[in-house]
Amino acid sequence: MLQISCPYCGVRDEEEFRFGGESHVTRPALDVDDRVWADYLFNRINPKGIAYERWLHSYGCGRWFNVARDTVTHEILAVYLMGAAKPQLSEVTPAREAQPKRVRTSEGSLS
Amino acid sequence: MSRSGAHRVEKGGQLDRARKVSFTFNGRALVGHVGDTLASALLANGISVVSRSFKYHRPRGIFSAGVEEPNALLRVEIDGLAVPLVRATLQPLVEGMVVTSENCFPSVDFDLGRIFDRVHGLLPAGFYNKTFKWPNWHTYEDAVRRMAGLGTLPTGDDKTSFFRHHLRCDVLVVGAGIAGLAAALEASRAGAQVALIEQDGELGGRALHERVQVEGRTAKSWIDAAVSELARAPRVRILKRTLVAGYYDHNVLTALDLSDKEHPDGSVQRFWIIRAREVVLATGAIEQPLVFAHNDRPGIMLAGAMRTYLNRYGVAAGRRAVIATNNDDAYRTAFDLHDAGIEVAAVVDARTNAARNIEEGIQQRGIKVLRSSMVVDTRGSTTLKAVAVDELANDGRSLGANRVWIPCDALAVSSGWNPTVHLYSQAGGKVRYDSSLACILPDNCRQRVRIVGAANAEFAVSSAIASGTHAGREAAAESRPVPRDAGREHRSETNGIRAVRRAPQASAARQWVDLLHDVTTSDIELAVRENFVAVEHLKRYTTNGMAVDQGKTSNLNALAVLSDLTGRGIETLGTTTYRPQFMPVTFGAIAGGATGDLYVPPRHMPAHRWHVRHGAQLDDYGGWKRPACYLRGAETREAAINREVQAVRTALGLFEGSPLGKIEVRGPDAARFLHRIYMNNVTSLQPGKVRYGLMLNENGIVIDDGVFACLSPEHYLVSTTGANAERIAGWLEEWHQCEWPDLDLVLMPVTTQWAVLTLAGAAARTLLQQLPGDIDFSAAAFPHMNYREGQLAGRRARVQRVSFTGELSYEISVPANEAEAFWDELMQRGAQLGIAPIGLEAWLVLRLEKGFLHVGSDTDGTTNPLDLGFGAMVQKKAGDFVGRRSLLRTADQETSRRQFVGLEPVEAGASLVAGAHVISTSPKRSQGFVTSAAFSPTLGRSIGLGLLERGHARIDEIVTVFDEGRTLQARVVKPAFFDPAGERMNG
Amino acid sequence: MHHYSFFSLLSGALGRHRRWSQAWRSPTPRKAYDVVIVGAGGHGLATAYYLAKKHGIRNVAVLEKGWLGGGNTGRNTQVTRSNYFWPESAAFYEHSLQLYEGLSRDLNFNVMLSQRGILTLAHSHHELESLRRWANAIQVNDIDSELMTPEEIKKLVPLMNMEARFAVHGGFIQRRGGISRHDAVAWGYARGANALGVDIIQQCEVTGFCRQGERVVGVETSQGTIAAGSVVLSVAGHSTVLAGKLGLRLPISSMALQAMVSEPIKPCLDTVVLSPTVHMYVSQSDRGELVFGGGADIYTSYAQRGGLPAFYQNVTALLELFPAFRQLRLMRQWAGIVDITPDTTPIMGGTPVPGLYVNCGWGTGGYKAIPAGGDTMAHTVATGKAHPLIAKFGLERFTSGALIDEGAAAGVAH
Repeated sequence: MLQISCPYCGVRDEEEFRFGGESHVTRPALDVDDRVWADYLFNRINPKGIAYERWLHSYGCGRWFNVARDTVTHEILAVYLMGAAKPQLSEVTPAREAQPKRVRTSEGSLS
Repeated sequence: MSRSGAHRVEKGGQLDRARKVSFTFNGRALVGHVGDTLASALLANGISVVSRSFKYHRPRGIFSAGVEEPNALLRVEIDGLAVPLVRATLQPLVEGMVVTSENCFPSVDFDLGRIFDRVHGLLPAGFYNKTFKWPNWHTYEDAVRRMAGLGTLPTGDDKTSFFRHHLRCDVLVVGAGIAGLAAALEASRAGAQVALIEQDGELGGRALHERVQVEGRTAKSWIDAAVSELARAPRVRILKRTLVAGYYDHNVLTALDLSDKEHPDGSVQRFWIIRAREVVLATGAIEQPLVFAHNDRPGIMLAGAMRTYLNRYGVAAGRRAVIATNNDDAYRTAFDLHDAGIEVAAVVDARTNAARNIEEGIQQRGIKVLRSSMVVDTRGSTTLKAVAVDELANDGRSLGANRVWIPCDALAVSSGWNPTVHLYSQAGGKVRYDSSLACILPDNCRQRVRIVGAANAEFAVSSAIASGTHAGREAAAESRPVPRDAGREHRSETNGIRAVRRAPQASAARQWVDLLHDVTTSDIELAVRENFVAVEHLKRYTTNGMAVDQGKTSNLNALAVLSDLTGRGIETLGTTTYRPQFMPVTFGAIAGGATGDLYVPPRHMPAHRWHVRHGAQLDDYGGWKRPACYLRGAETREAAINREVQAVRTALGLFEGSPLGKIEVRGPDAARFLHRIYMNNVTSLQPGKVRYGLMLNENGIVIDDGVFACLSPEHYLVSTTGANAERIAGWLEEWHQCEWPDLDLVLMPVTTQWAVLTLAGAAARTLLQQLPGDIDFSAAAFPHMNYREGQLAGRRARVQRVSFTGELSYEISVPANEAEAFWDELMQRGAQLGIAPIGLEAWLVLRLEKGFLHVGSDTDGTTNPLDLGFGAMVQKKAGDFVGRRSLLRTADQETSRRQFVGLEPVEAGASLVAGAHVISTSPKRSQGFVTSAAFSPTLGRSIGLGLLERGHARIDEIVTVFDEGRTLQARVVKPAFFDPAGERMNG
Repeated sequence: MHHYSFFSLLSGALGRHRRWSQAWRSPTPRKAYDVVIVGAGGHGLATAYYLAKKHGIRNVAVLEKGWLGGGNTGRNTQVTRSNYFWPESAAFYEHSLQLYEGLSRDLNFNVMLSQRGILTLAHSHHELESLRRWANAIQVNDIDSELMTPEEIKKLVPLMNMEARFAVHGGFIQRRGGISRHDAVAWGYARGANALGVDIIQQCEVTGFCRQGERVVGVETSQGTIAAGSVVLSVAGHSTVLAGKLGLRLPISSMALQAMVSEPIKPCLDTVVLSPTVHMYVSQSDRGELVFGGGADIYTSYAQRGGLPAFYQNVTALLELFPAFRQLRLMRQWAGIVDITPDTTPIMGGTPVPGLYVNCGWGTGGYKAIPAGGDTMAHTVATGKAHPLIAKFGLERFTSGALIDEGAAAGVAH
């Protein structure tokens, strides 16, 4: 069971969260062609390795946030706010040593 | 009388010899002691055959003293509840327990299934893949199924209460042997919060039953001191008789309480979910047997188990024993048996010599040792009679010519101890075979786990203490890096093992590898011959290791045999991955109390108690228990529904719609936001007005409908269907937080704060005008599709004049805790107007008569707004909204799509049924389906709604409707059967 | 190929089983093949088998990173059925079921197809309406399905708790549905393809592709470069990883789907039972184990192990419908990585990359599709034109919007 560190509430069980899929997907304007629209709607990177994705603390604060997670080991490498840029993480980061990184953004400071 | 059973030795063991326990085995009354396991009590009573094997029905005896047991899986009845496949080696003896052997007929001693042993030549690995093809497998299947299956369903009265329990700690230590105790002590001394979990009822592990010294003291005194320190430590939690069986992501582990006793909370078999910052696995090792001809006879037992029975339970496995080994450790068994006065006929050692201290022990006792030799065959049927021993050539692959038979009734076997790395592997850890230690070792793991003691092949007591202590200290220190590799620095003793596990095969006699599944070396040979040489292919083709013991005493030997046959080192073969559970775990325990109403707790509406008191027939609607209808007297459901429909059409109905989703949207950008969410125009809506709207997903599919009201320019109230209340609230939040965080607004779901009581019928206004309050209900002041709020009968009320029934209708929201009183008041005051409570089924018939859409019934996950006839509305809408771009694709604009229509049977008296299809006959294919249908009491005939290909262009066409092989003719009509002009609801 | 029959088994027994030949060779790869199939799961092996058997294309290699049949083919819960809603799906899966019905004899390898029936449950009046819509759709497609009353269900499955939290209001059964032996399907196709000259190369991981202009002309592997006339990707769970090496984006997410088995007991459940509402399916294997599963884990994953929440959910749902199993024990649980597509329909056929075909997106139900998947892919690769049964399963549908949404229609993951 994943232990996810909500940036607003702290570490909680996976069961309190909802997975929202790949983050940093840009919604195109109404006038794009069908191919671009289909790419936005359906195609995903689906990486084997570090995925940048959004999660909702649904049975908690109700806030969405971003998580960088290894899809093979399920290690959580970073937790950062919606709207923040992807943190640069190397594929070989030995995440075991540290608690998930809290990335600070202009939206507010984190504990 | 201090002895129970012929095989109980005079003294020794850790039993309460003063207290006897009676039980029966296959109808025989037997006696054991408090402290016995079922297995030790059976052995003490001289029971040699406890079960029959899975495939060949060969007689089998107790083989081990722990979780690895492949034979003694018995049906045990305690307090009237009989459960199959209970491990006799773990089950404490309970007064009055009734024990029976399964998978045998008529009895375990004389089993007709033995016929399969006679024709074993026809049943090699995978025999079922080569035959049973004609005419088809189903012809044979019933017979085969009846022969398979080890146990039978539980029977009797199951009063067990199961509970899930949670535990959080800094350091979890699994296993309370010497290494685990050392780790727990050290972590506790460093101030960590420690949980120590032990599968046995006693702490101390194997050292409890071994004659060993620990740090210069007897094992018992060292263990007692450790346990007493831990018991006093304030931050240490100890769970005994609890088996950690699952290791999941992020250091979450699960464990099963094995005790049969009730805890103070009434639970037995608690299921533990443990979240640990650090984990120390001190899970020990499992001894492996040797492979030789007829190595499956009763009387053959793991060497360590034989001394556990002697030292812990005071039971002699036999009167004259032979010990077969390839390592030093099994000599302990020879010495302990000898010192307890049991004859040791010989030790058969595959090696030329043992360690010096062992050699001294042999000399002191004068025990006969046959060196460079192996047991190659055995005799006996229900008991062991003799074993054959032969010399082993230097290459370990051939035998001498001096086979000797040694009479004996017990044979202890050992091919060394294999670390219990199951949990480590479940954690995602890699394991590998080490040829110098001749065992499987933990290698590396990404989780925060350390593995110590015998589980890391640190077999010596001093190594176990050193590694346990080190791991305990490191784990207690916060955020210390976990070494990627399982440590090796503490390994010293290797038990002098020689990696010879299988006696060279001298005859056609079978050599067993997996006792429970009856896999022999010839099965592995066949698999190799047929090229099933990948480890997983070997496992699946022979089924080696797939039985309920999960190969704890057979996987390594299968690898060894495969290595022999292919000439490839075991280390190159790989291993299978260990999956949860380490040992089978009771389903009921996993589920805990979450069954019945607690599976998904039913939701009750605010006026629920009133409904129950007044004949409501409650059904489940999306998790809510709601009145389907209210029965009066002996009325049928159909009659009640028809009566309720007529009450609304002719007088007045009151309906509770509290599950209806209600979301407040406030802020300067509320309108802009909703305008992007709804397919409909939002920005043009004036305060006090209500509008119907559809929400789509980004793929253009209709996901919900409902009305939204403008309360003030920066304040909107969104209504959703009851089933989607939570989903839509989440949907709006997601769009706001993730896509448009720049919009200034707040979303507030208020579904459960407000109860919704809806009055529908021509008399609705009359009733409301009788109530005290400050809302003007006159037709002119409060027209259809308007919103008002104020005081009503002494309560705050929000009133929307909207209609799902086609009648004059007011949807009144009052604070949820006042719902029942308000309902009661409306019923009383409405009595002279002919008011009736209305259930959901009548409500749906009323809307069907009106032809109103019911999202989820009349739409599915493919329906877009164009299909519903909202094309013009989409055209008129300015700006983007969720899903709009998708509606521009060719497939979404096809006129051949299924479109929303009404349907009526052509023949009077015929009935449409929801779920029927409209078909074309040549070719026979579906053109759509009936999505809703009912008998309309108002119109006196059957009506329906449906989705029909090109439906909008087919009004008045006669179509064929198919249901369960029958057909009828129906006319396509516009979906409004009653008052299409809407005069009643607008009035 | 050594013919298998009762008589050959008998003669094998007399010869102490020393004369059996290899079920398949372990060849070293040649420099070039007409067709290279990546992934020796059921679909890859079946594609190779039908290429060789029906189209005479025998210069074929099937490359496998691990061991054949070791991915989802060896991890699924073995259900075979064709009770699909949309005509496109129904035609395809019915073809598959019909091939399954003759497969043991076609392959001369018993895949132990047991057509014991698959029963789908409805837990409310309204669910029964949707089930009726589903069952009628199947009948209109001329495939067997029957609605059942609660009384009939109770008779068929006596252990079922009809008054569960979500009481059983009815259901429908496809009697030709059932289970078969997943390993045997992989082994049977491997043996059959091998006998026709196909090279099955295990422990051979594809690490990249060779291209000539836009066209794919070979693969880089852990055993060297192999040239190929055409390349077929049949690598469920890893489809986006390999396609990504060619810059091809796919509408697929990889999710872990769990399955679990109980300890083996004597026969007590003779039908496959599926409940879309409590999201659980269960059958009893010929060995006696209860084999069950439910929904996938909620997040993307390439780890072949499941998480706790879905595991609890599956066990709890099982007991809710079958309280009689409460004192039985869970023996083993595992997970496979499945390709989830937006419309629960597979993606099959050519791609924008010339020379490259994909067979992916099977979601949680690729096992039942193995024979038809292999047959139609073989046809598509051999003729260069999509087989009519999979004409609508191409990637183009995501651009045009012509999705085939089984989940949306039937309300159940396939």
